[in-house]
Amino acid sequence: MKSESEFVGNVSIVGHGFEYAGRVSNEIKKILLEQGIPEGIVRRVAVVIFEVEVNIISYAETGFIRYQVLPDSIIIEAKDKGQGIADIELAQQEGYSTADDKIREMGFGAGMGLANIKKFSDVFEINSEVGKGTYVKSIINIDKKRS
Amino acid sequence: MNLDFIVEKMELKCKCCWENLRREVSGGYVGDLLSDVIANSNSGDIWVTRQVHQNIVAVATLKEHAGIIIIQGAQPDKDTIEKAAKEGMPIMVSSLPAFEVVGKIYHLMHYT
Ligand SMILES: Nc1ncnc2c1ncn2[C@@H]1O[C@H](COP(=O)(O)OP(=O)(O)O)[C@@H](O)[C@H]1O
Ligand SMILES: [Mg+2]
Repeated sequence: MKSESEFVGNVSIVGHGFEYAGRVSNEIKKILLEQGIPEGIVRRVAVVIFEVEVNIISYAETGFIRYQVLPDSIIIEAKDKGQGIADIELAQQEGYSTADDKIREMGFGAGMGLANIKKFSDVFEINSEVGKGTYVKSIINIDKKRS
Repeated sequence: MNLDFIVEKMELKCKCCWENLRREVSGGYVGDLLSDVIANSNSGDIWVTRQVHQNIVAVATLKEHAGIIIIQGAQPDKDTIEKAAKEGMPIMVSSLPAFEVVGKIYHLMHYT
């Protein structure tokens, strides 16, 4: 793998703006398709970005998402300033959610977000510090044979 | 099968994007949990849901759904229709519950 990026993008997100949920993932999806990234890969990236985007909107004050297109993989990183996560293991369990009624009413807060990110990633990493914020990293390999 | 055939047979009320009703429907998905729909639906699906807020348009656009059917006669929010019009995502409303809607569409797609 070459060390330099073929393409890098950064998007910042403000918390609590539910009306904007899905905007970043849709934007990045369009850009990646324009770049000629295989559809199957772009679809996986879109799911990952949707879920990190919704988590920033739901639980953080501010955050940003950075995506890097390398020759053989796409790296997605989401970093936010916010409440952070006390029990990382518990948070990753499918079905666990601290979402309030307002979030649930809109169909978010099923506790499937982190599980989805993991499922659609080849490499998944999460770090968090209570009262500071959360960092999520996802790598999706571009397997030209498979996609 | 084209979306307009389903709209006609099911007597759905189309709320926007009539110009896109010629779209091909390749399958379907039912769900109100957005993470479930994001993970498990496919492009070309007709999405059947009880959600009415504008985030459904973002989800359907991201997943390249053929359209959205809102069940039980529930009405999409004004913002939802505006956003759908902008994205070209057809939104239809049925007075029937999900079970009936899905059963009928499944029959249309597989037995007609
Ligand atoms: N960026 C974040 N900041 C703070 N807490 C988070 C963040 N992402 C996830 N969490 C916590 O982890 C839980 C599980 O997240 P997730 O799997 O996305 O499900 P959901 O968002 O539906 O609750 C959340 O309910 C929340 O408590
Ligand atoms: Mg989530």
